[in-house]
Formats: sequence, C-alpha cells, structure tokens
Amino acid sequence: MLYRYLARRLIATIPVMAVVATFVFLLLRLTTGDPAAIIAGDNATAADVAAIRGKLGLDRPIVQQFAIWLGNIARGDLGESFFFKRKVTALIADRIEPTLSLAVCTIVLAVLFAVPLGVIAAWRHGSWIDRAVMALSVLGFSVPVFVIGYSLIYVFAIYLGWLPVQGYQRLADGFGGFIERLILPSVALSVIYVALIARITRTSVLEVMNADYVRTARAKGLADVAVLVRHVLRNAAVPIVTVIGLGIALLIGGVVVTESVFSIPGLGRLTVDAVLARDYPTVQAVVLLFSMVYVLINLLVDLTYTFLDPRIRY
Amino acid sequence: MTPIRLALLALAALVAAHASPAAAQTTLRVVMHSDLKIVDPIWTTAYIVRNHGYMVYDTLFAMDAKGEIKPQMVDRADLSADKLTYTMTLRDGLLWHDGKPVTAEDCVASIKRWAAKDSMGQKMMTFVKDMQVVNPKTFRILLKEPTGLVLQALGKPSSNVPFMMPKRVADTDPNTQIKDFTGSGPFVFKADEWKPGDKAVYAKFAQYKPRSEPPSGLAGGKVAKVDRVEWRAIPDHQTSVNALINGEIDMIESPPHDLLPVLSKDANVKLAQLNLLGGQYTFRFNVLHKPFDNAKVRQAVWWAFNQEDFLKAVIGNPQYYKVCKSFFPCGSPLETTRGLEALLESNFEKSKALLKEAGYDGTPIVLMHSTDLVVLANLAPVAKDLLEKGGFKVNMQSMDWQTLVARRSKKDPPEAGGWHAFLTSWTAADILNPVMTAFFNAGCDKALFGWPCDKEIESLRDQYARETDPAKLKTIAEAVQVRATHYPTHLPLGQWTQPAALRKNVDGNMNAPVTVFWNVEKKGR
Repeated sequence: MLYRYLARRLIATIPVMAVVATFVFLLLRLTTGDPAAIIAGDNATAADVAAIRGKLGLDRPIVQQFAIWLGNIARGDLGESFFFKRKVTALIADRIEPTLSLAVCTIVLAVLFAVPLGVIAAWRHGSWIDRAVMALSVLGFSVPVFVIGYSLIYVFAIYLGWLPVQGYQRLADGFGGFIERLILPSVALSVIYVALIARITRTSVLEVMNADYVRTARAKGLADVAVLVRHVLRNAAVPIVTVIGLGIALLIGGVVVTESVFSIPGLGRLTVDAVLARDYPTVQAVVLLFSMVYVLINLLVDLTYTFLDPRIRY
Repeated sequence: MTPIRLALLALAALVAAHASPAAAQTTLRVVMHSDLKIVDPIWTTAYIVRNHGYMVYDTLFAMDAKGEIKPQMVDRADLSADKLTYTMTLRDGLLWHDGKPVTAEDCVASIKRWAAKDSMGQKMMTFVKDMQVVNPKTFRILLKEPTGLVLQALGKPSSNVPFMMPKRVADTDPNTQIKDFTGSGPFVFKADEWKPGDKAVYAKFAQYKPRSEPPSGLAGGKVAKVDRVEWRAIPDHQTSVNALINGEIDMIESPPHDLLPVLSKDANVKLAQLNLLGGQYTFRFNVLHKPFDNAKVRQAVWWAFNQEDFLKAVIGNPQYYKVCKSFFPCGSPLETTRGLEALLESNFEKSKALLKEAGYDGTPIVLMHSTDLVVLANLAPVAKDLLEKGGFKVNMQSMDWQTLVARRSKKDPPEAGGWHAFLTSWTAADILNPVMTAFFNAGCDKALFGWPCDKEIESLRDQYARETDPAKLKTIAEAVQVRATHYPTHLPLGQWTQPAALRKNVDGNMNAPVTVFWNVEKKGR
C-alpha cells in the first residue's frame, strides 16, 4: 500500500513540475530586459544584439523555444548559462553544497532549540517562561534576517573577533573552517525558524497535555520527563514535523538574503545573479530544482506521519 | 655507523635546523566592483573583464600617468617619412604563459580580432591597407593615408583594450568567446580555481619580462610583487567593508561613498585615489522622436541643467567630485571649456525661452530611471526636477539597469515602449577624445542608442582621426565640443572619483584609469 501511495505521489509530481516549468518559462520571457542586450554590452550595435539573440536561440518562436527546452530537460540537460558559458548542471553542482550546508545547520539548530523551548513553554504554561518564549518568538518573526546577520557580525566577528565576517569553506578543505564560517549565518537564519517551530510545538503540546492518556500516565506515577517525551511529544509530533518540513523546503529557496550578507556562494545568490542578468536557463533550472525539492520534502513529511502515528495509513 | 658518517649526519641536521623556511606565498585578496563571469575582454566591453585582461594579457602600447602613449610590448615603433608605414619590433624575451615566444604573427592576429569589435579599432582599420609579418619579431602596418590614430588606438586604456593573444586564440571569431586564456601578462589566470560568483584567482607569471623603466599609469615596468591575487565576490557592500576591517580581505576596489566615513575611521584601513580622472556623468538624448528630434529643444536642456546638483545628489562629498564643464575629462590632455562657459548654470528662464522658440508643445519627456546601481540611482530624479523647472514636462519611469539596457536599444516611440533620455556614467579613460567617445558618434543608424545624425560632427571626428599633429588635435576636439552645443548628442554632468579602500600593509597601487595589480606589495600575510 505504501509503495502504491509512493508511486502515485511521484507520478503526481509530473503535472506539478510541468505547471512550474511553464510558469517560470513564460514569466521570464514576459519580464522586461533582454539578455542579448546585457551580454552585448554598452557599445553594442543593434546588429550585435540581434546576432547574440540568434546565437542564444531567443529569436525563435516562443513555443519552439519552450519545446526545445522541455526536450532537453527530458534528456537531463538543463542547458547552458547565457553568461557563465557553463552547463547549468555544473553551476548548480558547484553551488549546492554551501546552500545545503547552511540549510542543514540552520534546521538542526532550529529544531535543537525550538522543540525544547516549545515543550518547556507548554509545560510551564502561563508562567514567566512561557511568556518569555512567546515574546522572543514574536521578536524572531519581526526582525529581518539581515538585521540579525549584521548585528551578529558586529558583535562576534568585529568586536569580539571570534568568528569570520563572511565566506564559505568547503567541507573537504577542513571541518573546522567549514563550521566556523557557518555558525553566524546559521544562527541568523535559524531565528525565524526557532520562533515558528517553538510556537507550533507549544500549541501542539498544550493540546495533547490535556488528553486522558496523559492524565493516566501521570496517575501511574511516571516522571514528568517520561510523560513529556514518551507520550506528549510523540503525539504532538505531527504538526511539528509538518512545520519543520515546510521550513526545510522554504529554507532551500529562502537563503538568498543570508547568502548575500555572509557572502556564501550558494544557490540563493546564483538565483539572484541569474535573475538580475536575465540568465534564463539558470533561473529556469534553479526554480525547477527548488520546486522538485519542495515536492519531495512534502512527500517525506507525509511518509514520516506513518512512523509517528500508527493510525495514519496510506 | 662510522664516526665520519655520524658527523656528516649531525652536520646535515644542523644545516637543516638553520635553513630558512620556504618563503610563504603572499596572496592579495580583493573585492572588485563586479563579479567576473566572462573572461574574453574582446568579446565584451564590461570593465571587470577589461581589468581581468590587464592581469593576464599585455599590450603593444600603453598610456602612462601623463596620458602619453608609450611602447609596452613593442621595443621600437618606426614611422616612415611618408607616414604611411609603421614598423613595430617586439621586445626580446616576451613569452606566453605556456612558455612559447610571442611573435609578430600573434600580434597581427590579435589586432585584427580586437579591431573587428572595437569602434576605435574599426576606425583605425579604415586607414589600414595591410598588416604584414616581416619576421618573428617584426610586423608592419601599411596605411592608405596618414593618421594619428594608430598609436592612440593600440594604446587605448579602456574597453576594448587591444590585448595580445596567441594566434591560435586570436583567430577565434570575435563574436564567440575564447576558451583558451593564455596570455603574456604579469599574471596567469588560474582557470581551474575560478568559481564565478565566488572567486577568480591569478598567480604571478615568473617568466614575465617587465620593461626596465619604472611603472607609470598603465605603462612602464610591470613587476608583480605578490604571488597570488584573489578576486573575491562579496556582493553586499556592508559585508565587504566589515571583511576589510576584520582583515579577511586586503582591498575593496570601489566602496560606496556612503561607507567611506566608516572605512576612514578604522586604524588599519586607508583610502587611496587610484583613478585620478574618475568618471563622468552623462545625459543621453534619443533624437529619433519628438521633442528631442528638434536640436533647439535639446539645447534648452544645456540651460536647464547644472552639474553641482547631480554630483551632490549622488556623491555628496565634494572631496570626490568636481564640476568640469568639458566633454573631455578635466585633467586629461583635451580638457576644454570652449563653448560651455555660459551653459550648465541652470538658467531656467533661458531654457523656457528656447522651448518657446522651438515650439515645444508639452510632450512629456520619457526619462528612464535606473534604481539598482548606487552610482546612478539619484541622477534621474535630479534631472526631472531641473527639466521641469526649465519648462519641460517629464514622465520619469523607474526600472532596474538591465531593463534600461534592453529598452534603450529600442527605436519605438517613447509612448510605445521607447524612451527620450537616460543618464549613465563613463569612465574617463573611455572619453578622452572625440573618436574614442562613443556618444559622439553621430553616424545616424551606425551610432549608439540615441542615434544622433550630424554630418558636421562626423566630419570633425574624421578630421581628428586623420590629424597627426598633436597641437591641432585639441583645436578639432574643441570644435566638436562647440558643435555639440548646437547639435546636442549628450551632456557632461560632472566628474567624480571613487577611492579604493586598502589595508595599511598594502602599498604600491598604481594611479591609473584602470585598477591593476602589478607593483602592489603586501607586507605580512
């Protein structure tokens, strides 16, 4: 049954991806700006621009361009960047490690802090701890990530000199440098996710804490920690995992500002640069990739439910 | 082990203990004004690619700090008595990065590829009958008629610079990007370490043979004093400033003016004016459509504008700008105020009077306003204000720079997606004379966007190209400037500079119109 569900969901991604592909293709061509003019440069004549447009295939009818692009996608060819003159797959491969590293560090940090905070807030519902956690989470939603980023840079990099201001070091070049450069951006980016996950955790745990089986567990004499971990958290997990899953999916696409502030050469910056330069193949490929990741993460989250709640079956 | 062997071992150990450690490599880490995405300086005019070219390639001639063209790769350049033949002999010991010698054949092929793309090169080639290789170190340029343009063109400092490449590379179609980055310049491009959007890396070319004279501007002895130069892409200005203060990078080529006070306060950072001529703001007309198809209406803009307002709005600090009522940058050989003395003083009454004479009917001027480039964003609002005070109606339309670039190539009527005017900036090295200044091209359809069409300006530019007497060049340049007050192609809106920011242990940066890295030293790591 599970395998059939999996197969159904995977097949269902095809029309979703087709809609995304069509949408991003058309949207790019409807926006103002001409990649041929950008490539040609300031001193180019109209003939120069036309020649480049021809070389890029942009003078073909839009339907033909779309068909060629779809055919290439089907063969696994995401095209060649107008500007970098490199295969888009190579560009993405170059940039995926920084983004994934940042996303994983962020979500690990967020979960490690947010879930316990949310549980404690619910357990001590109405107390100063609960109010403090709620107030901090409102702050976490409200302060833009670049403000947090600049503040962290000022305190920890410039004033204290503990951490670097910017940059990324690949894992292969040394774990110490890799982690050192990820600390500040991960902390900056995780603030909003800590706020979100903590609030959902608190709400979900509060709902479960008043359940009969929790009362029974307490009456049996189980320690508070055991009640929380074995009974409450497990039953409250479904909405928490949903939000974590959404968070991961949004993170992959939403690291742009952090990558710019901390100068991390990831997919977010690649996307911004490609959009500004009207690098159609790169933008199209990255948007498709992000959509695919989003769909797959949603699927993984749905599959996780079956482990968390035996009542959920597909 | 015998005593002798023991003694020898001990001696060896003693020597090893006192041997100096292998010299540490010096790496200069720089944030340039843009990220390097393209690496063919003939294919594109982008300044970052031009700067890359100066790292990796060399030129036959170069401009020194006084603005004079000096031999660089060339040892001797002889001009025949009839001024129709240049014989160029290369210096001894010039090598490509792959170890092969630079030959005359390489140079001829490189000139051809460059001239196919560059407007000054194209102009030069209209005078050229033939180019002949005489021997591996010597080639001739045979002219149809005398011209002063050859050395000026071959020594031009800015895009497209006539960089020399191996023949096998220079034979690439000029409309196709090169894939082989072999040059003969003081640095080698490390293509294997290049990560667009992250960093570009250059290593010192140990076999480079610099000229013996001291460096001056872009000319003279180019001695690479650091082992490695890394161009780091840090798109956020505040982050790059923080990185410089923290010692994570050594230099920022063009920090924004509003962050200069932050940098100047830091004890380990200094500001340095490297490009003393700087840049010039420019207002460009589209002469195809009403009302700017009427020269008198365009003349009114000369009277409505003043330079100070634009410079204050963008640069702010007078230390970094100068009012310069000359098309040719102040401080350059052709600087002149001839014809502009009374103009650019915001005489709004005179502007309105001219509009009335011209029969201006109130057609709104579609003024394109680029919003995302810090050095340009504030210009259009100032222009709008001054134009309106001068009697114009203005429809300012905001857009990002790339949209503006696409739209300015359109000849459609302004109300149907075209335009009347926009503002931009030129680096001084690109506008040193009327032939080099692309906006002076008044060849109608052959002109740049704006498409001015004026036989007199074109005739004067041709005269300039033909003239070999430097004293007469200035007279012709002045005539072009005066003509541009009657037939405005564009307006100069003042000169501005942008200092580089460096760590105090970095020294030797050249005063030149382009940021170059020979002669630069870094003390300590």
